[in-house]
Amino acid sequence: MSDTAAGLLQVGALIVLLAVCYRPLGGYMARVYTGEKHSRVERGAYKLFGVDAKAEQTWAVYARSVVAFSAVSVILLYLLQRLQHALPLSNGLPGVESGLAFNTAASFVSNTNWQSYVPEVTMGHLVQFAGLAVQNFLSAAVGVVVAIAVIRGFARSKTDRLGNFWVDLTRTVIRVLLPICILGGLLLVAMGVVQNFSSGHEVTSVVGQAQTLPGGPVASQEVIKELGTNGGGYYNANSAHPFENPNPLSDLFEIFLLLLIPVCLTRTFGVMVKDKRQGYAILGVMGTIWGAFVFLATLFETQGAGTATRAAGAAMEGKETRFGEWASSLFAVSTTGTSTGAVNAMHDSFTPLGGGVPLFHMMLGEVTPGGTGTGLYGILVLAVLTVFVAGLMVGRTPEYLKKKITGREMKLVSLYILATPTVVLVGASLAMGLATARASILNTDSPHGFSEVLYAFTSAGNNNGSAFAGISANIPFYNTALGLVMLLGRFVPIVIVLALAGSFAQQQPVPVTQGTLPTHKALFVTMLVGVVIIVTGLTYFPALTLGPLAEGL
Amino acid sequence: MTTLVKTPPPAPKNTAERVAKKAPSGAFDPRMLLTALPDAVKKLDPRVMVKNPVMFVVEVGAVASTIKAVTDSSVFVWWIVVWLWLTVVFANLAEAVAEGRGKAQAETLRRAKTETTARRLTDSGEEEIPATQLQLGDRVVVEAGQIIPGDGDVIEGVASVDESAITGESAPVIRESGGDRSAVTGGTKVLSDRIVVQITTKPGESFIDRMIALVEGASRQKTPNEIALNILLASLTIVFLIAVATLPTFANYAHTNLSIVILVALLVALIPTTIGALLSAIGIAGMDRLVQRNVLAMSGRAVEAAGDVNTLLLDKTGTITLGNRQASEFIPVKGVSDTELADAAQLSSLADETPEGRSIVVLAKTGYGLRERHTGELPHATFVEFTAQTRMSGVDVDGRQVRKGAAGAVNAWISQHGGTTDPQLGEIVDGISASGGTPLVVAETVNGKARPLGVIHLKDVVKEGMRERFDQMRAMGIRTVMITGDNQLTAKAIAEEAGVDDFLAEATPEDKMALIKKEQEGGRLVAMTGDGTNDAPALAQADVGVAMNSGTSAAKEAGNMVDLDSNPTKLIEIVEIGKQLLITRGSLTTFSIANDVAKYFAILPALFAAAYPGLDKLNIMGLHSPQSAIVSAIVFNALVIVALVPLALRGVRYKPSSASAMLRRNLLIYGIGGLISPFIGIKLLDLVISLIPGLR
Repeated sequence: MSDTAAGLLQVGALIVLLAVCYRPLGGYMARVYTGEKHSRVERGAYKLFGVDAKAEQTWAVYARSVVAFSAVSVILLYLLQRLQHALPLSNGLPGVESGLAFNTAASFVSNTNWQSYVPEVTMGHLVQFAGLAVQNFLSAAVGVVVAIAVIRGFARSKTDRLGNFWVDLTRTVIRVLLPICILGGLLLVAMGVVQNFSSGHEVTSVVGQAQTLPGGPVASQEVIKELGTNGGGYYNANSAHPFENPNPLSDLFEIFLLLLIPVCLTRTFGVMVKDKRQGYAILGVMGTIWGAFVFLATLFETQGAGTATRAAGAAMEGKETRFGEWASSLFAVSTTGTSTGAVNAMHDSFTPLGGGVPLFHMMLGEVTPGGTGTGLYGILVLAVLTVFVAGLMVGRTPEYLKKKITGREMKLVSLYILATPTVVLVGASLAMGLATARASILNTDSPHGFSEVLYAFTSAGNNNGSAFAGISANIPFYNTALGLVMLLGRFVPIVIVLALAGSFAQQQPVPVTQGTLPTHKALFVTMLVGVVIIVTGLTYFPALTLGPLAEGL
Repeated sequence: MTTLVKTPPPAPKNTAERVAKKAPSGAFDPRMLLTALPDAVKKLDPRVMVKNPVMFVVEVGAVASTIKAVTDSSVFVWWIVVWLWLTVVFANLAEAVAEGRGKAQAETLRRAKTETTARRLTDSGEEEIPATQLQLGDRVVVEAGQIIPGDGDVIEGVASVDESAITGESAPVIRESGGDRSAVTGGTKVLSDRIVVQITTKPGESFIDRMIALVEGASRQKTPNEIALNILLASLTIVFLIAVATLPTFANYAHTNLSIVILVALLVALIPTTIGALLSAIGIAGMDRLVQRNVLAMSGRAVEAAGDVNTLLLDKTGTITLGNRQASEFIPVKGVSDTELADAAQLSSLADETPEGRSIVVLAKTGYGLRERHTGELPHATFVEFTAQTRMSGVDVDGRQVRKGAAGAVNAWISQHGGTTDPQLGEIVDGISASGGTPLVVAETVNGKARPLGVIHLKDVVKEGMRERFDQMRAMGIRTVMITGDNQLTAKAIAEEAGVDDFLAEATPEDKMALIKKEQEGGRLVAMTGDGTNDAPALAQADVGVAMNSGTSAAKEAGNMVDLDSNPTKLIEIVEIGKQLLITRGSLTTFSIANDVAKYFAILPALFAAAYPGLDKLNIMGLHSPQSAIVSAIVFNALVIVALVPLALRGVRYKPSSASAMLRRNLLIYGIGGLISPFIGIKLLDLVISLIPGLR
């Protein structure tokens, strides 16, 4: 089979898999968040933590709960790393240095999973499964529950209540993430991903060198790494490592997992706002952009660039031979369109323009289809913006899903749109302006060096976690700056979007008439695609010119 | 039946003034730009500019560039500086032009508001005081030839009043105490008779004062949608500010030093200056379009709400139908010929000056060829006027008595005069009633014996083109509800004929109010017109309440718009103007944002192609040199503002259609057009600019 046929087959299989799960999982999640009953385990958990499961929260209380919960998570994860040497199952590793511990805590709680360390030699089993793996579940769940609260903002009217954060969080973990993880983990083991508590096998390689093959509970981490759009690998090589991602089948399954929840949430959205066409429209926007980026990345990668790749026959530097250009491009676009950041190839080694594709994909705000929950609420904010401009064009006060978009809503939408580009660009500008930070760039004096810095801040600000590498990021400046960027890029938008949901929830719905702008048709989908690319993309265009474009053109 | 007939709109008293006032709203004279220039320059005051965040940023950038230009002079830098200033001036010019049109109108109004004295009634008699000293509740006497000193209600007498000062219509209108035509406006002139007016407004807050403030834009407040749009524009400005401010550190790494002038040029090209410059002009022009149609909106908010209206409550009489019922057919009883009946009907209506009466005479002439006889031709005729007791009118001539009237009254009259009613008459009468019409029975006495002749079918005549208008409304998602005092049957017939979506028959003011509240509970916005005092609560409750200028002060106070022409059909135009206002804003915003793409392709390669030659591939327009490229982008950016001023003032072309169709059209023109046009514009400018020495 030719590469092209295999590649197309893989994309086709991925779409079929997602299509099969779309309705059942999307509908199931809608029932999870609208159901009245609590399971026995959940009731036990509420009792233990003193949660009144019947009490619904206002947007402000909901937001406070999210922030407080995450703040406590950051502190606990920080302490766990710092005190690693004194705790069991440390694999004999020392406590983690403070800057790195902060960076890692911020990274895993914000669902970024940026790793400026080599996991095998930094984090023991305890930190891995009691700290990082737990956050893999919780940070993913936080994203989902925020999206659910935002959906309720549209679905409800004349109320100031958006639901109960603790109930939503518990249900997400117990009813959504855990069942899929158990099933998915078993499938991954069946596909050859390792799962043990071994601290490493000493082997002698074919050339006679001694080598340690590290083991660990990889499959169980791997499944939530993808499903929760986390991306933090058990090994430094991430999904390029054969123990994490042994073959094309596991590769396809991992891509499927990382797209699964973000894609199906559009169905949940459609069901909960009682207009499934709205969910399809949003999915249409996500799919269009994702598809276009897959096409572009594959095009640039398969065409190669430069004499070296032409001489080698293909742009295979940094790619696994068992995946090739097609699967690597597909993985790269999917991981940057979600907030995953897992990689099965080194993005830094992509062709200049091919590497610009995942970078630009993150810059769009990771809404195609985005991280678990974050993608949905992110694109809904952009939909509100689009409706605002389009609504004016049809001569009415703009309304989306029967809710009016007034000055108050636009203020929040504007702040939301400002937040991420600001932290990304200001962070990158600092890094380029400070001599100490500039010294970290290994590819000095080439646009690629700048791309690497830009990629790092874009990845952190959008909570992606993938990296261009090529910079020594484990220095105090990067650990602190990127840690802050990750936290701001995560929680500032969350608070704003919850305020927006609160504002919508209080409104009285406006009846739909012939004069109402239809937001489920192709025209609106096209316009939203345009807004995603023009409004968010244009901000980064000057920076992109000096990075991938300067290098690639 | 009322005897007050409003004469049709007369010829304008002053042709030049009327032309100016009724000039099509799109009329834009390039000379206006020149006359507005001084005002535009005055607006450069930063304290004024700061209200428009987008243009304020441009001004600050222009100042910074000027300082740089002074110390580090070159042709290129000065070109940029000059065009940056021009960008700001052009923006101010757009606003000044829009305001200038209102100022001219205010001038006319001020002339009408001449110094007047008031004859105030006191316990002991009458005293003369300046009109400015009148207080609420004062009663004043106004006689023929005098100017009414303040807004108020007529509490005694009836007079004809010339209201041309505010309405521009020179035909006098009748104002009388009691009823729905009691309101008078200060500054208007009593032409005949004597009235006593009770003052209802404080000095300085009169209708004419408010009108002046309104057209001058002095009291202009930003409307909700304008505020929301301003927020969006401000945030886009900030995003680009950050994108540009962080660029120097990135560029330094590429060994490119970006001067402040270049950065300002890039920033100004990217921020939404087009819509930022035209936004307030669009708002002023929208209000102006209403004023030109003789509608005064008390706030811009009301105009915007008009664009959002879901339900229109329309009074049947005067809005949907031609004010009065008209004769449509003569139906004789057996043994009577058509002509005989028509003749009798005409005879009985000769002295009947009501519109119904006139329509009978007209029908006899057009339908049966009967020449209209004048009352003078019948010297012996005695005309019997309609009274509430007899409910009949007619004529006695040469021993013959002819009567027409309500079926019951005429039947009684026939019996009294020794006649018998025809059973067929009852059938005809019932048939007409069932179809929603009004039957008038005609009878005569010959030789002292009465006999019925037949029935006149009076029916409401729906105005021409109403059905099409309501169809358009439906396409726009607006539901129309007809309000009438008629019974269910009549109302239904008219509603079907006119094509309204729903009707409310036998409506009392309470019913109207209940209907509005019910609609609003469902989240709908309701618009209505009204003139009576009992309409006031409903006018206040409605989201858009248009009071007729001929109505009572209470109604005018309660509504948020006043129609000086007292034409209820105008509600539909008001809705259209409200929509057009929003569409213009949205379309130009889209245009402005879409423009950015081309500007990137002009400026970015110009900045960085020296450092990275590959970037010259982005120069897809093939612009001559980096300097000419940047100047061309800035010049285009400034000129597009001027080019769009006429569109901003006139408003985007608006044709009632569904939201989908409208979006498709506007997205195509302003979205795709906004993407493509700057590529062409900048290229053409570059061809010219590259000829300038110093910019090659």
